[in-house]
Amino acid sequence: MKLELGKIFIKDIQFSDQTCVKDHVLYVNKEEVEKLVLEDDKLLECHLDIARPGDSTRITPVKDVIEPRVKVSGGEIFPGMIGKVTPQVGEGRTHALDGCCVVTVGRIVGFQEGVIDMSGPAADYCPFSKTVNLCVVIEPKEGLETHVYEKAGRMAGLKVATYLGEAGRNVEPDTLETFETKPIFEQAAMYPDLPKVGYVHMLQSQGLLHDTYYYGVDAKQFIPTFMYPTEIMDGAIVSGNCVAPCDKVTTYHHFHNPVIEDLYKHHGKDVNFMGVILTNENVFLADKERHSDMVAKLAEWMGLDGVLITEEGYGNPDTDLMMNCRKVEQKGVKVVLITDEFPGKDGKSQSLADTCEEATALASCGQGNATLQFPAMDKVIGTMEYIENQIGGWAGCVNPDGSFEAELQIIIASTIANGFNKLAARGY
Amino acid sequence: MATYKIVHYINQFFAGIGGEEKADIVPEVREGAVGPGTALEKALGEEYEIAATVICGDNYFGENLDTATDTIVEMVKQYEPDVFVAGPAFNAGRYGVACGTICKAVEERLGVPVLTAEYEENPGVDMFRKDVIIVKTGDSAATIRKAVPVMAALVKKMATGEEILGPDIEGYHERGIRVNYFAEERASERAIQMLTKKMKGEEFHTDLPMPKFDRVDPAEPIKDIKHAKLAVVTSGGVVPTDNPDHIESSNATKYGVYSIAGMDTMSPNDFTTIHGGYDRQFVMENPNLVVPLDVLREMEKDGEFGELVNYFCTTTGTGTATGSAAKFGDEIGKRLVEDHVDGVILVST
Repeated sequence: MKLELGKIFIKDIQFSDQTCVKDHVLYVNKEEVEKLVLEDDKLLECHLDIARPGDSTRITPVKDVIEPRVKVSGGEIFPGMIGKVTPQVGEGRTHALDGCCVVTVGRIVGFQEGVIDMSGPAADYCPFSKTVNLCVVIEPKEGLETHVYEKAGRMAGLKVATYLGEAGRNVEPDTLETFETKPIFEQAAMYPDLPKVGYVHMLQSQGLLHDTYYYGVDAKQFIPTFMYPTEIMDGAIVSGNCVAPCDKVTTYHHFHNPVIEDLYKHHGKDVNFMGVILTNENVFLADKERHSDMVAKLAEWMGLDGVLITEEGYGNPDTDLMMNCRKVEQKGVKVVLITDEFPGKDGKSQSLADTCEEATALASCGQGNATLQFPAMDKVIGTMEYIENQIGGWAGCVNPDGSFEAELQIIIASTIANGFNKLAARGY
Repeated sequence: MATYKIVHYINQFFAGIGGEEKADIVPEVREGAVGPGTALEKALGEEYEIAATVICGDNYFGENLDTATDTIVEMVKQYEPDVFVAGPAFNAGRYGVACGTICKAVEERLGVPVLTAEYEENPGVDMFRKDVIIVKTGDSAATIRKAVPVMAALVKKMATGEEILGPDIEGYHERGIRVNYFAEERASERAIQMLTKKMKGEEFHTDLPMPKFDRVDPAEPIKDIKHAKLAVVTSGGVVPTDNPDHIESSNATKYGVYSIAGMDTMSPNDFTTIHGGYDRQFVMENPNLVVPLDVLREMEKDGEFGELVNYFCTTTGTGTATGSAAKFGDEIGKRLVEDHVDGVILVST
């Protein structure tokens, strides 16, 4: 499977009469976007705002972050959510509006919705402090059930991103990269002297607003399967979850999965990247046992020499992480884990909820319990009303001037456990 | 005129007073540097002086932990030091524990930064590494020349408030504190590099060594239960109603041993539970639910086992540090062996 990914660099977003991309600026017709969002009768109001890097702006509570992309050929973007499920995605050509994002904001669904600061100390920890963000602030109808509200918010973001992505369909991209993974025997034969490496991608699927979708299928409901890495670049995986903000793998992060991006960089040089084993993090023991067995079976069947494993969330999914690690290692396949740590504010407690002897190699994505001072911002997109209850905050953490103290956990994707950031923890 | 004042703690041996035969001397203070303090003072330079040296016998300290700690903290306080240094203790176990204990107390009670130095196998390292910066040394005093410059550098940083960097850079035993930093490369790239090394069988460094759990093999089954002596040990927090030993309801630092001699049942008038981690209501009404004395007495009468030892051991098992739990287990185990107990019913909640 071969995908051409063209990146159109976006330096700014401005409101205009017509939605289009011109000279690296994304012009957005505000009314059209708001109308699109309000097609959903579960949403009462919608307004748009723009947040730029360096602004004295805070965005919260953030639900999802999405990069606008368009399929120029070969399937449709966000299959099963927005686009048709067939043909499958991951082939043909895709254009991305690189450097800008759609951020969905609004009254809280779950306490696991976080903060993006466009400047100040928290900006160092958040990837979306460096992108130009079109904030879609939604207001749900009174008395909406949380799952219904979550879905309405999720779909609003995806629809807006798809609409904006269309503006890049006929624009000549600034860069054009090609990613290719061949069927298993051809891929193995392509670099016979290099170690065969796979990626075990654990999708958040604990339920109760902790869900992820693959081609529109709730990840709780599938059993581990094989995925071509390029599928993810076309929106085959969509976030629908309210996991702790620091850990949230937003839809943007699925597009930009760092393990896949970096394995492609090493592909043909020191590893033969064979593909992705997609699995989940269900809460039932039988699911954990069955799915870790199947992950190990797939790793063996693919003839892998090594795998990288990432998780989304912490605590309960640590058990899945360790079961996968142990069983894959027992098949003779070398494992490196990527995850973040929660050793308490003083950093002195155990970092993970579970361990296993086979977990000899782990790349840390930082510890989420460390605290930070968040200065007051001139502008708040959304509301500060929930800060004390959002994960990472506590009763009394907000000062009257709007500044507050909180754990890094409250920042969107600050310690994201797929290795996207440079933040790491070490022993002192 | 020195800008920064240090108070130094050493034992009787390093003070030149004597060895084992003088290990019971009481704490004393001498003005200025004594023994290894001289080398430290020299390494620190003119801006620093060791204002006083506190000397105490290792046995005295170990046998009078609280009194010795109180006395020494008072002695240190009078000099208002900028930094407090103890040791180096190298591989001397009692000295190492004393250095860790006194450092921890000085920092907690006086708010003065503290430093000691010990060999990695000194028991003081494991006991105090989380609380105190312990410089790495060799296993004997012959390695003092290497340790002194490392200690001096850290004392200077502590005195001036300069940031203390990681254990590998500064030369101290890792405290097990997880601290954030921004790495050169993101975690996905670092993981791939780690994996290529692991696949080749080359050396690699994990960011997080997995903690090793202390696992105990189960004992052999009791061969003759009819004549076996049994005991009950519980983490369910069952104590006499007035909780005479003040066992904590969470993160217990002690355990209790209480008599059941002559009793046929655990009466709610005599016993309660102080456990903070479960709904206590049913156990407060019937403590036999956790210490099943009623059933055990019946079985004892029926000759189903030999006899029940006339006490039970108890603590609270919620939020309790594994370090405390291991210590309780060692002590309880020794006692049960001394009392010829063959089997234990361990009741968790």
